[in-house]
Amino acid sequence: MTAAPARIIAIGRNTFTELVRQKVFYFLLLFALIVIGNSAFLAKFSFQEEFQMLKDVALGAMSVFLSLLAILATAMLLPRDLEDRTIFTILSKPVPRHEYLLGKLLGVVILLALSTIVMGALFLGVLFLREQAALMETQRSLSGSPQELATALDAVRKGAFSWDLIPAMAILLVKAILLSSLTLLISTFATSGIFAILVATSAYFIGHLQVTAREYWMSGVGIHWWTRIFTALVALIFPDLQAFNLTDDIVAGTVLPMSLFWQTMALGGVYTAVYFAVACFLFQNREL
Amino acid sequence: MTGAMNPFRSLAAILMLAVAGALLLPWQMELQRLSKEARFRTTPIDLSLREQVGQSGFLAALSGFRSPLAAFLWIEAHTAWEKTEWGRMTRLFNTVTTLQPHSLLYWDIAAWHMAWNASASALQDTKQQSEVLRERARRQYIDLGRDFLERGIRNNPGSYLLQERLGILLRDKVEDHSGAADAFAKAASFPDSPAYLKRFAAYEAAKVPGREREAYDRLLVLHNEGGRMRAPNLLTILRKLEEQLKIPAAQRIKEPSPAASPSSPAHPSPSPHPQS
Repeated sequence: MTAAPARIIAIGRNTFTELVRQKVFYFLLLFALIVIGNSAFLAKFSFQEEFQMLKDVALGAMSVFLSLLAILATAMLLPRDLEDRTIFTILSKPVPRHEYLLGKLLGVVILLALSTIVMGALFLGVLFLREQAALMETQRSLSGSPQELATALDAVRKGAFSWDLIPAMAILLVKAILLSSLTLLISTFATSGIFAILVATSAYFIGHLQVTAREYWMSGVGIHWWTRIFTALVALIFPDLQAFNLTDDIVAGTVLPMSLFWQTMALGGVYTAVYFAVACFLFQNREL
Repeated sequence: MTGAMNPFRSLAAILMLAVAGALLLPWQMELQRLSKEARFRTTPIDLSLREQVGQSGFLAALSGFRSPLAAFLWIEAHTAWEKTEWGRMTRLFNTVTTLQPHSLLYWDIAAWHMAWNASASALQDTKQQSEVLRERARRQYIDLGRDFLERGIRNNPGSYLLQERLGILLRDKVEDHSGAADAFAKAASFPDSPAYLKRFAAYEAAKVPGREREAYDRLLVLHNEGGRMRAPNLLTILRKLEEQLKIPAAQRIKEPSPAASPSSPAHPSPSPHPQS
């Protein structure tokens, strides 16, 4: 009998291979097209504007693709296994249901991590090339003192790469993993893949409004009891997805304190664990 | 999928989520406080933004796509600039700066377009026969530029850049030298600001009747720092102020007069961006 980690890894690897076979990585081509095309189009702007918009669009596209990938890839996992009857083959062996779910989640997490790395590398590569082009252009066009030139080159460098872009991408990944765990929870009681996608997408939007519901509920001034119960349910059941929307301000130049970064990452980890635990609880006694 | 759910299990799952949510509440609130302290998540996403960006734009902003939306609107504003549609540009700039209030670049360039490009265009507007009205339109655009900078400063109190731009605008477009001196002095007070801002503040103060003594004191301090601070223009203005203030000969600076001092201080181009 194989050990639990080995079984989970085997299921995870298998899930990842299945997802790759479905050609999900084609979206990376689309991402490349957006980043490179966008960069070529932005060449008519000043280099500061170009860098800012390249970062805005690339990180925005990363966020969209990762969220879509997390929801779509996870929502189809259980329905497909049920349809193919692979789930019966796996669960008839001494594989506990929670290990099966963990393996499935692991497969999606590998896919999301790999996608983030590829998209991040592509984005930073394009940013680096544009930075080099702007540096050369500045060197060519500026004929002032060496100190003036150094200041101008420094301004170009400051406008392009910032170390905060790396944590920004890590936060996008954690948000996508959280969404994946939430979608897995939904798919344990969903009646079809489409239902799971619809509910997960709604949860995505509600999650972005969670903070509004929470503030409304906690202010508690002059609201009806049913509104209070409704906002409380939204605040308690859904994740606070606004907590992971730090990229907008990072792109604008706001410095991300490391304590805030780690706390956000930890919150994402805890949410993922909670949704996964509830998914296991629901899946444990489910009739297949 | 065919599996049926036990209703008690479903209820228990909701209860589990609610308990976990309740336990996470203090952490979420602390994180929100920390974020606001670090100037994250401070942009209000409210009905006024809904009116500016439309329903789909509002949905995008709500879902965490504020910055890509701002970038797209910025590109639209650039297209409006190419067609010299100044009114549309102003509206778009207002929306972009509402979406991304911590981006200095957007405030800076919006102000520059208004105070330099739109104001110059208004003055040359052949459709408007009345010179008085053309001049009024020019002043209105300069005021719009100033407004962008002042709002940008309120949203980004920790940055010297917009203060410097405000100083340049007041000096070159409004000819409010007292205001420019104050803006440059404020910009110079930031630890990461360039050294020339201190000189700019003093040069502008020197142009204001009644502030000559203050300008002299500031310039003397800079002069005593030596090195690059002793720019030809600084020496020229300092000598002029010595004459005006009747400083005793013994206390006057010793350097010989610069052979040829420039008529205006060495500073970056009046238009802060190389595009126009």
